[in-house]
Amino acid sequence: MEQLKSTPLTSHHRALGALMAPFGGWDMPIQYEGIIAEHRACRDQAALFDICHMGEFIFSGDIVKDGLEDVFTFSVASIPVGRSKYGFLLNEAGGIIDDLIVFRLAEDKAMIVVNAATADNDFEVIGSRLKGGGLANVTGVTGKLDLQGPHSRVVMERLFGAAGSNLPYFKFTTAKILGFEAIVSRTGYTGELGYEIFIPNEKIVELWELILSDDRVKPAGLGSRDLLRLEVGYSLYGSDLSETITPLEAGLESFVNFDKEFIGKGALLSQKQSGLTRVKVPFKVGSRRSPRHDYTIMSAGENVGIVTSGAFSPMLGCGIGIGFVPPNLATPGTPLTICHDKVSMEAEVCNLPFFKGGSLRS
Amino acid sequence: MSYFFSKEHEWVKVSGTTGTVGISEHAAHELGDVTFVELPQVGKVVKQFGGLAAIESVKAASDIYAPVSGKVIAINETLENTPEVVNESAEESGWICVIEMSDPSEVEQLMTKEAYDAYLKGL
Repeated sequence: MEQLKSTPLTSHHRALGALMAPFGGWDMPIQYEGIIAEHRACRDQAALFDICHMGEFIFSGDIVKDGLEDVFTFSVASIPVGRSKYGFLLNEAGGIIDDLIVFRLAEDKAMIVVNAATADNDFEVIGSRLKGGGLANVTGVTGKLDLQGPHSRVVMERLFGAAGSNLPYFKFTTAKILGFEAIVSRTGYTGELGYEIFIPNEKIVELWELILSDDRVKPAGLGSRDLLRLEVGYSLYGSDLSETITPLEAGLESFVNFDKEFIGKGALLSQKQSGLTRVKVPFKVGSRRSPRHDYTIMSAGENVGIVTSGAFSPMLGCGIGIGFVPPNLATPGTPLTICHDKVSMEAEVCNLPFFKGGSLRS
Repeated sequence: MSYFFSKEHEWVKVSGTTGTVGISEHAAHELGDVTFVELPQVGKVVKQFGGLAAIESVKAASDIYAPVSGKVIAINETLENTPEVVNESAEESGWICVIEMSDPSEVEQLMTKEAYDAYLKGL
């Protein structure tokens, strides 16, 4: 087991009394005050997350000629400079090696933001698929803070003036923050209005303290982040997505462009033709019980699938979850039973997102 | 009235032959935000250290064991919709049920508050 990596903020998290745990090879804060209080802070006001563990790569070169265009399930060449796009890196079988976002920094430059646990492998795979150009792993020198919540725009305006605060969704800009070149992006993982700020690691502590000096902002850990993303139906790599799950099974075909080439395309096309044997299914529990990862999904007494994410939703007041079942059981309204040991809970297939009232597009 | 604690972190506050039961502040803190309490049915007969109830938090699902034997004669219904009371006041308002004890001498198998605090330090 490799030693856990630390972000520039690890000692600050401990000083704030955070409960720390390993996540994707990093020593990360799970909660400070409490998962539900931090969830509430993000839905009602603003929350600040240390996301320095995520991986960042910089590609420089000709996007088409050097092969970046064919690496992902979406076209990088058609992303306008200043915009970003979400999609997948697939294996030959169409399984998801990672879900990621590409930021088009310039005509000949892109930043690829990937999950922490998969970063090293992603870097190798992407590198091996390029025909030219350069790919640099800047994870170790790039810090990332996410400011999320309905008040995040006014906080950004107060701290940094116009820089980035009026960005539309999935647009980003470069701005001088604390004297350094930063990328401010109108993206996030919570379903709320929010910003992701990339800045060199050496400025992360200063930026963290500056943003938290605003009374409207609370520090939030990965526990609340997981709950926030599940309430809006975002998938979590390693739980809902993996190398043995395809984007079609995961209900994410809209992030796959079949008009271009990419590794895994043939497998996805043949899966489309033969039909899916399992699909992602969102469900609500009829009580406050929480479904959890790896719980069994039953229908008419038969074991029909598995829960990949589940929690108690503070916004809905009931248990919610995502799992995989045969397509005929994935229609909204279908009753399912979630089982684990002696616990069983009645659930019903629903639509995504579970929580619809977020400030995401405000 | 005095509190007795089990190794599984339940408490019982004894008054005559009835015991009010809950989970310790330590247990509530370890669980994190409590999101669901499965209360026992009134009339349920339980054995000391046998299953009594269940509790779920944002982190985990756990069983609650009866610190004493007897019959459940009251339950804390406020926990059905506001289980967070367990976090706010685990050893007072967050009580789970009242047991009519069949053998009050069983508290000798439990720890006093002082002994429980010492036990926690050793964990």
